[in-house]
Formats: sequence, C-alpha cells, structure tokens
Amino acid sequence: MNEAPPSTIPGTGELFLRFTQIAVSGFGGVGPWAQRMVVEERGWLSAEEFTDMMSLCQFLPGPNIVNLAVCVGARFHGVRGALAAFAGLMAGPFVIILALGVLYTQYGDLPAVASAFRGISAAAAGFIVAMGLKMAASRRLRSAMAVFAVITFISIALVRLPLGVFLLVAAPVSVAAAFWRRK
Amino acid sequence: MNDTALADLALDFSLLSLFAIGGVITVLPEMHRSVVEVRGWMSGAEFAHLFALAQVSPGPNILVVSLIGWKVAGLQGAAVATAAVCVPSSVLAFAVSKIWQRFRDARWRLAIEDGLVPVTVGLMLAGGYLITLSADDSVIGFAVTAVTAAVVLTTRIHPLWLFGAAGLLGLAGWV
Repeated sequence: MNEAPPSTIPGTGELFLRFTQIAVSGFGGVGPWAQRMVVEERGWLSAEEFTDMMSLCQFLPGPNIVNLAVCVGARFHGVRGALAAFAGLMAGPFVIILALGVLYTQYGDLPAVASAFRGISAAAAGFIVAMGLKMAASRRLRSAMAVFAVITFISIALVRLPLGVFLLVAAPVSVAAAFWRRK
Repeated sequence: MNDTALADLALDFSLLSLFAIGGVITVLPEMHRSVVEVRGWMSGAEFAHLFALAQVSPGPNILVVSLIGWKVAGLQGAAVATAAVCVPSSVLAFAVSKIWQRFRDARWRLAIEDGLVPVTVGLMLAGGYLITLSADDSVIGFAVTAVTAAVVLTTRIHPLWLFGAAGLLGLAGWV
C-alpha cells in the first residue's frame, strides 16, 4: 500500500501541457513516460492507483495510452479534464506524424527512401512480433486458458475471420471459462 | 467520393475502437483487412510503411490511423479517422473508470481480466504475423524481422536504434 495520498491536483492547462510532454517524449511506447510523469515527477497519483488505472486501460478496448489520459484527466476534472489530457496527448503527435506523412509522400518514391523503408518496416514488424511473444510469456498464460490464445491466432491470422464476429463469440466463452476456473 | 470515403473511415475505425481490447496492435489484422483487403485503399506494402512511420514518430502508435485517413481523404480524413478510433473507446473508459474501483476483488472482474488476456495475446501474435507478411518479401527481410524480434526480447536496447540499423540495411539495398 502506498501511504502518501496525492497532494497535487493539476489544473486543466497543466494536464494538457504534461500530456503533450509525455506524448512527444514517447518514441516507441508512451506508457513508461506516463508513469514517470504522473507518479514520480508530479505526484498526481500514487503508484498503486496508477497501476490499477493502467490495468483497467489495458483491458478496455481502444488505445491504452489514450484511455489512460482520459482516466487521469477525468479523475481530477471530469469531462473537462479528460478532454484536456486527451487533446494534450494527441495534438502535437498528430501534427508531427502528418508532417512525416507529407515528407513520405513527397520523397517515398525515391529509390533510396523506398529501400530504407523496406528495412524499417521489416524491423517494425519484428518489434510487434516481440511484443506479442513477450505478452505470451507472461505468467497469466501458463494455464489451460492458453488454448484461447491459440484459437484466436488461428481464427484471425490464418482463417482471417472478421474480428467483430470472432470477438462476440470468443470473448464471452473465454471469460466464462475463466469464471468457472476461479471457483 | 470523398464523402463516401469519410463515412467509410468513420464507420470502420469506430468499430475498431470498440474491438481493440489490449490496444492498437490487437486490431492490426482487422485494420489490414479493412484498409487493404476490403476497401482497397492501399497495398499491403504501403500499409506496412505507414505503420513503420507511426512507429518511428513520437506519440501513441494509434496515430497510424491518422496517416491512413490522411492518405485516403486528406486532412479531413486524418481528423475523422483519428476521432473515430479514439472517441468510442474514450467514452467507455470515462464511464467505466468511475465504477471500476468499487469492484476490485469481485470474481467477475477478475474473470474478465483472466479471460481477455489470452484472446489479447492471440490477437497480438496474429498482428505480428500479418504485418510481417505485408512488410517482407525477401529472405533478408524476414531475417531482419526475426533478428529485431530476438533483440527486443533479449536486450533492453531502444527500438529506435534497431529501426535505424534496419533502415541503413535497406538503404544499402540488402532488404
């Protein structure tokens, strides 16, 4: 248990600015930066409260870090706070990525750029594979529940079932199995 | 034409928003299916390139949808796609965060978490598999993917270094 309750309550402007800062520091993953800022540097939340909020945001649908911004903002200023943190997180990176997109369309056809991108794309794919394997190695999967990971992989990657249809069937079955196992 | 494209972007990405349990990577296969296979907005290789661009750019990875929207329907497309993928899930997160604390140790809450983890893992692995098939069309390409995955798994090196090295390999014409 973390004893010190958070003493600082950020204003909406502060939320906007700090989430901008979090977003533009986050090359290849924003989560760790968010923790550093929200818990360690600013003391807005205790470590325990942050972890709890993060785990909720990871399993809710949608981009985790966007969910986190919404939850942190909402925690302090309701809808206004959520909007401020969300806008802070997205505005800067949105402009940056569109600028990169413009450069890419302008120069993407140059042979040098195209071949560099072939290399970068290959590495980016490897990064995703590693994230998947890392998560697969996590403790929670060492049970019969792992069969749901296999079924999901086969249905989506190999059979190419539409995600929505698959999830509407598979998620309730998997949750029901987990519920029964927890008896 | 542009209005149809905007409506399609809004529809496809707001559905993705609600199905993205565990984050963006889990809907990569579905995004690929919708953008490349169903709508035919771009080739698989172009999709892989935009995704790579989003990886090397600062900020949330979800911004790959901004690039896709922009490619399909310009600035408006970027705004519509980004809003579509963020708003539904954010509204849900806003609502749920208010009540979640109360059910910390409830059995159904733990069961939801336990049950969704394996599905999320399967989706992430499917995403890695499909983006690899899109990105790579040479033996060296697959080798770069495999080596990157191995290095990320076994070291704490920052991924940007790997992307840079792979970019140089590509520039040298080896991939």
